[in-house]
Amino acid sequence: MPTVHFVVHEEGDGVGVVVVEGVKSGQPLAGWIMEDDKDVEVTAKSDIPIGHKVALRDYKPGDTVIKYGVDIGKVVKPIGKGEHLHVHNVKTKRW
Amino acid sequence: MNLSKSTFWGYKRENGRIGVRNHVVILPVDDLSNAAAQAVENNVKGTMALPHPYGRLQFGADLDLHFRTLIGTGSNPNVAAVVVICIEEEWAKKVADGIRASGKPVAHFGIEQHGDHDTIMRASKAAREYLQWASELRREERPLKDLWVSTKCGESDTTSGCGSNPTVGNAFDKLYPHGVTLVFGETTELTGGEHLVAARCRNDEVRKKFQFMFDRYQDVVNRHKTSDLVDSQPTKGNIAGGLTTIEEKALGNIQKIGRKCVVDGVLDKAEMPTGPGLWFMDSSSAAAEMVTLCAAAGFAVHFFPTGQGNVIGNPILPVIKLCANPRTVRTMSEHIDVDVSGLLRKELNPDQAGDKLLECMFRTANGRLTAAEALGHREFVLTRLYESA
Repeated sequence: MPTVHFVVHEEGDGVGVVVVEGVKSGQPLAGWIMEDDKDVEVTAKSDIPIGHKVALRDYKPGDTVIKYGVDIGKVVKPIGKGEHLHVHNVKTKRW
Repeated sequence: MNLSKSTFWGYKRENGRIGVRNHVVILPVDDLSNAAAQAVENNVKGTMALPHPYGRLQFGADLDLHFRTLIGTGSNPNVAAVVVICIEEEWAKKVADGIRASGKPVAHFGIEQHGDHDTIMRASKAAREYLQWASELRREERPLKDLWVSTKCGESDTTSGCGSNPTVGNAFDKLYPHGVTLVFGETTELTGGEHLVAARCRNDEVRKKFQFMFDRYQDVVNRHKTSDLVDSQPTKGNIAGGLTTIEEKALGNIQKIGRKCVVDGVLDKAEMPTGPGLWFMDSSSAAAEMVTLCAAAGFAVHFFPTGQGNVIGNPILPVIKLCANPRTVRTMSEHIDVDVSGLLRKELNPDQAGDKLLECMFRTANGRLTAAEALGHREFVLTRLYESA
């Protein structure tokens, strides 16, 4: 079984979840879209810890991030495809 | 897994409910009674005291919740008999009478005008009788529908949303058609996905009640917040595990109710369901508070998915922990009952993961101790609504 480096919940989600330890910048990553069992690839542009998200597209401030096919927050700093997407560049739209 | 003829071995209680544990509980009504309750526990080996820090000068809805939680805990079918101790005998009787409605043996004692020594002696005598009586009760084979199963996740991370929570969802979807009574809650932790829960409600009446509970909790957050809750919801552990926003956390959380089961009813905190099906209970998302409320509502087995490794247990409700994060499974193996990390390596499919959890549920119901029970995790945490008078 080839290694799955990250999983994506649904087709159209803009992020993947890294599910292996030790992902380094520059590493080609193999992804699995769970909903329809499809493959997807991206090259990491940051070191990304296990459980953290990799951006699957470029984002600019004000953009909405989609995961599970649903809005999970707003982008507050530019994010490039393959970069680490987390609390330093995405915030809640609630509260 | 075909569950149509599945059974488990449990203790039939006087009110017909089925327990999977046989505890004799020493229940203090207030903080002042903890010392006596713990002394009784020490005197009578095999009984269990449930110390907690509250019960004085509470009033209104907060006091109602205090009583409802204590009475519900004592009435839980995992409890065979109860000794209630309170500084004031009148309130000891109030709680004891509430538990007596379940039909089980209950004794109550007040400390005032007796002192600790006399109270401990009288209560120990009752506890010894109950313990020996309970030790002769035998399990009997019961249909699956007699089992009540609760769920709440904790120290979640992104693997919770793609692994352990969908595993609970798969198990709930399989249990639901067999008339099992199920509950989920964590009101603020639905924020961003509340529309998905509302859409799953059986009818408009249930939906309206759910929305009322959800909005009521949002009002509490909005009234007291000093930031976007980035320091507490998501928690530091959630953020360390890769969860970025409350919306993302909520969408992972909601995976626990599966894809097929319908939200049949809505409960207030520690309120008991009145029939089978999936219930939403308004509740804190703090692990020990929520699990304590599930125990008080009468649930007998709990599914607790974790990502970063929450170590919670409950004194009377066996907490089954499952985890999909391979690092947590490796570093905290003594806390994990069901390893579903194979899901993220495509070694396990969701259906197999759900069956693995159900298999552990049956073993736990039949008497196998969970990791939390073996490690002595007995977090009994009462929810407060506001300050004491």
